Amino acid sequence: MTTPRRLPDPYGGPSSGANLADILERVLDKGVVIAGDIRINLLDIELLTVKLRLVVASVDKAKEMGIDWWESDPALSSRARRDELARENAELRERLARLEELEQGSGRSAGRRLPREAP
Amino acid sequence: MTGLRYVYAVCRPLEAPLQAQLTGVAGAPAKPLAHHGLIAVVSEVPEQDFAEEPLRAHLEDLDWLAATARAHQGVIDALTVVTTPLPLRLATVFRDDSGVRSMIEAREDHIRRTLDRLEGRVEWGVKVYFENVESERAGQSAEPAPRPASGRDYLRRRRQESRAHEDQWQRAEAFATALHGKLSAFAEDTRLHPPQNAALTGAAGRNVLNAAYLVPRAHSEEFVELVDRTKDDSPGMRVELTGPWAAYSFAGDTPPEETPEETPEETPDEAPGGEEAEGRA
Repeated sequence: MTTPRRLPDPYGGPSSGANLADILERVLDKGVVIAGDIRINLLDIELLTVKLRLVVASVDKAKEMGIDWWESDPALSSRARRDELARENAELRERLARLEELEQGSGRSAGRRLPREAP
Repeated sequence: MTGLRYVYAVCRPLEAPLQAQLTGVAGAPAKPLAHHGLIAVVSEVPEQDFAEEPLRAHLEDLDWLAATARAHQGVIDALTVVTTPLPLRLATVFRDDSGVRSMIEAREDHIRRTLDRLEGRVEWGVKVYFENVESERAGQSAEPAPRPASGRDYLRRRRQESRAHEDQWQRAEAFATALHGKLSAFAEDTRLHPPQNAALTGAAGRNVLNAAYLVPRAHSEEFVELVDRTKDDSPGMRVELTGPWAAYSFAGDTPPEETPEETPEETPDEAPGGEEAEGRA
């Protein structure tokens, strides 16, 4: 469990171990917001942030916010596809199990009946 | 010169000079601009890329955004080596130097207060990844699993599998909570960020904790050791440390008495845009 870690250099150092999400999370989403002369409509930046959040934020967070429609949509989620297959399989196996029981039952009765009818 | 001014950070006058070849977002050198006993670190950027229209278009381009974000962060990093900067959000752009000076004048008190609060402190990022899910699943399928004898067997096995999965998640959560508790007790302040998506980071495993800790630079070595010691506690968990960062996650908090029109956010990370209200004031 070794991870590339930064030396505790008392004078600091570049955050080279950081991934793009680490950097965007900070330069885009944190830090001090000051409206400059170039007014990027703040709504646009917020929209961008929201867009990025959709990429950056985890599925769990989205679920927390009640966004989970893709999970159950087989067209969007491979897990949903798997789940659907699994559900279908389980259903088929259950039906098979019931049929097996039925067959055993009818088999026994057929077995009893047959010898009686044969003579 | 007809370029615009891109501002990276505001800080106190530097005791050591900035590195000579400090390149900013558009390839131009980043330089200090002194005013009222503070300095803004500024570089010139071309109007064709940083005026409203082109900037808005660029921000939609993830590659441009990534390159600009890295360049921005590069300047902040260099500043963090020599001082405690107050990092501004990406793409804070003024027409000219006088626009930057007016900004400093207008916000002087708040800037000084925030700089005082952050002085000598850095931010450390700690992420916990949970790696067991896939490997144990692989282990399960590697065993020659007997074919279920009946539908009922099959269902029973599926229930057991999902129970094992649940146990793993509980273990991961317990580990992350314990680690965060330990680190929070050491740090002066802490922020929880949303977990990162592996699709963007390319990191293995599932990100279950993504936190930032504000730590005095003088105690950073201890903090790093604390993280190192804790991360061998639990197999299947991977702990990643990044930093030292400028105190990005702690710079945006605005004292409520100074801007009474905004609602003070107790947990800005859970309220997207909470700390951004300042810019509109």
